[in-house]
Amino acid sequence: MTGKRLFEGIRTVEVTGHVTGPVTTQLLADCGAEAIQIETGSRRGLMGGGAGFGRPQVQRKNTSGKLSVSINFISPKGLELARRVIASADVFVENMAGGVLTRRGLGYEDIRKIKPDIIYLATCMQGQTGPHGKHAASGHKLSALAGFNHITGWPDREPGWVGTYTDFVAPRYNILAILGALEYRRRTGKGQFLDMSQYEPGLQFMAPAILDYTVNRRVANREGNRCSYAAPHNAYRCQGEDRWCAIAVFTDEEWRSFCKAFGKPEMANDTRFATLLARKENEEELDRAVNEWTGSRTAEEVMSVMQAAGVAAGVVETVQDQVEKDPQLKARQFFWELESPEPNKYVNSPPPYYRLAIRVRQGPQLGDGNNYVFKDILGMSDDEIAGLVKEGVIA
Amino acid sequence: MPADDKTETMLSPYRALDLTDEKGLLCGKILGDMGADVIKLEKPGGDAARSIGPYYHDEPHPEKSLFWFSLNTSKRGITLDIETADGREIFKKLVKTADFVIESFPPGYLDKLGLDYTSLNKIKPGIILVSITPFGQTGPYRDYKTSDIVAWALSGEMSGWGDIDRPPVRISHHSQSYLNAAADGAIGALVALNQRWSTGKGQQIDVSIQEALSIMDGDNRNPAWSRNPGTVRKRGEPAMAGAGHRTTRLFACKDGYVSWSHGGVSVLAPSLPLIKWMQAEGMSNEFLDNFDWSRPDFGAISQEEMDNIEGATAKFFMTKTKAELLEGAIKRDVMLYPVATTADMFDDVQLKARGFWVEVEHPELGVTITYPGAFGLCSETPPKISRRAPLIGEHNREIYEGELGITKEKLAVLKEAGVI
Repeated sequence: MTGKRLFEGIRTVEVTGHVTGPVTTQLLADCGAEAIQIETGSRRGLMGGGAGFGRPQVQRKNTSGKLSVSINFISPKGLELARRVIASADVFVENMAGGVLTRRGLGYEDIRKIKPDIIYLATCMQGQTGPHGKHAASGHKLSALAGFNHITGWPDREPGWVGTYTDFVAPRYNILAILGALEYRRRTGKGQFLDMSQYEPGLQFMAPAILDYTVNRRVANREGNRCSYAAPHNAYRCQGEDRWCAIAVFTDEEWRSFCKAFGKPEMANDTRFATLLARKENEEELDRAVNEWTGSRTAEEVMSVMQAAGVAAGVVETVQDQVEKDPQLKARQFFWELESPEPNKYVNSPPPYYRLAIRVRQGPQLGDGNNYVFKDILGMSDDEIAGLVKEGVIA
Repeated sequence: MPADDKTETMLSPYRALDLTDEKGLLCGKILGDMGADVIKLEKPGGDAARSIGPYYHDEPHPEKSLFWFSLNTSKRGITLDIETADGREIFKKLVKTADFVIESFPPGYLDKLGLDYTSLNKIKPGIILVSITPFGQTGPYRDYKTSDIVAWALSGEMSGWGDIDRPPVRISHHSQSYLNAAADGAIGALVALNQRWSTGKGQQIDVSIQEALSIMDGDNRNPAWSRNPGTVRKRGEPAMAGAGHRTTRLFACKDGYVSWSHGGVSVLAPSLPLIKWMQAEGMSNEFLDNFDWSRPDFGAISQEEMDNIEGATAKFFMTKTKAELLEGAIKRDVMLYPVATTADMFDDVQLKARGFWVEVEHPELGVTITYPGAFGLCSETPPKISRRAPLIGEHNREIYEGELGITKEKLAVLKEAGVI
């Protein structure tokens, strides 16, 4: 690596809250972009998402390495100030319920007047346009709308839970749109408006099942842990409380290796299990046999015995397993501890998909970027700033 | 629809060579939909991913895999066996013309063929190599195998999916894990491209499928554990941290289910618009009518109180279909969505209004097929499907003959030798 950080010289400004927006800019910030969040005191409790309620201002997810400026942009002077901050940016990101910022005078056309090549990304559940445009909801609900809950869980039970799955799919596409727009602007000098719903990116990951419907009129349903062309294929119960190991056998070779590792190489030729079709037909019996074996072993032992035999297997890890035990994540230095004004250190993970030197700092305190942004970037005087603080424009 | 003309897109000037298997197909699709010239390289006879269903009219055939169709849009296709000496020579010629090479071979495989990053960079300085593997290029699990269920197991996420009296589950059907990792590969490619413009240097992007999933945290298990080490959220535990009650998160309705929860940040009073709706339809009760929905200690109300609220809510939902609940949610600003099936989304009025569905021509089948379209509406350079997935070796002539100038006769020899 050259030491030059990937996005040095790029500035992002955001008005965001709750996961999707902040995650989007977090990548750029982690790679050296200067990231500024415009916040006001009253909305702060919603920033960054996270567990808990009514909690004091604490370390927030996806805010490390960002500067915070506190502006009350409801007032005309605040609006003016917010516009100036946004116009100093290469990329502006907002994920407010659609239309809010435009109503306030901070929409794409408003900013474009002062900065013609701005890359302006607006992200909300269903997009800025259309009969359902600008509708607000949460990632749990959108994951359901995008089809993921229906295809998760057991066929004899209600749909399963996938948390806020689409909250992590959508930012990937937001980032791609931003990166593509930056590249296009590099070549042509033109910015653009990126109208990113979360629904449309979410559906990208449903594509094969969607085609099964548009072509075959088949509605994909949940199938537990079954895979139509693999057996054994499940999460198997291991020693200890609620400990599991996933095992997946696809080929004849893997099946023979599995049986050896299982301690019963002759099982490979058992007529109940010798072929894939036979294993699928007798899958319940097979799963029972596997569970019996795994039940007297730890998940870690099952995984290592199977992997040594060339069979895909993995401990169903909890967060504790990941942070404290997983040797691969340790070796890859996946987790970083952030310093925090609070006693508990906050464990976060930087974007892991490229090897970079990543600066990780604590998340900003409200308005900690005020001086730098207002004085250094916008060139305001101390008096000017003091006046706006008095008027409540700078919160 | 025929392959697009060269109108400017986000990635018009760039070419990607896509050698991935199932683990990385989406990466090339994304770059291709964004306008790059993506060439899918398959071993002669076609990639193994063509065996993955579902199939067109349930006819299992390497040219009828809907799975293959969906993840290889906007790519041209050639066949090449890079394990042969002739194949490697041709590949190197192609690398000279490329900006990206995307692959998902086991770590070390390309090294053995003399096609590792350093070697590729000698051939084409500035080349960007995107490598997508189960656990990354390094570490004790480097040579371990994965599959979708195994990847999710090792991601931390799967521990929260399913019911406590049954095994943890994965999301059914095609591999979600690979899609997330492949998208990260595309991000890495464009990040590296951005850097190349200032440094002149390419790099290898090392995507670990385990890591791509481990950054996902749909249940706030990481912060919960961070604040209270030892707090391991179990699947089927629909509680807010520190709450005095459990909340239901999926409710049955007349013709299916909806995703709705009364849990949430009290200052938003997200329940209120729904309660108002229930009141408007005479389905509220005294308790709900007198309840203070913006009380700051909402999270601490008793289970009995929550049961009361949820009971009335459940009754209300049972009088309505998914479509009615969606319509009402939009109209009344309720943060509710149906648990949609693939049939539901096809009827969705919003997607239709956004022009989301696109018709893609499949002349080899004599039909057009409706595909999910662009991932976003970008005002200058919208991503879009420029062509259907390639047939096996469909562009061999166009690229080998047309571009590399290999004669027809030589191509026949290479075909006979199993090189293409």
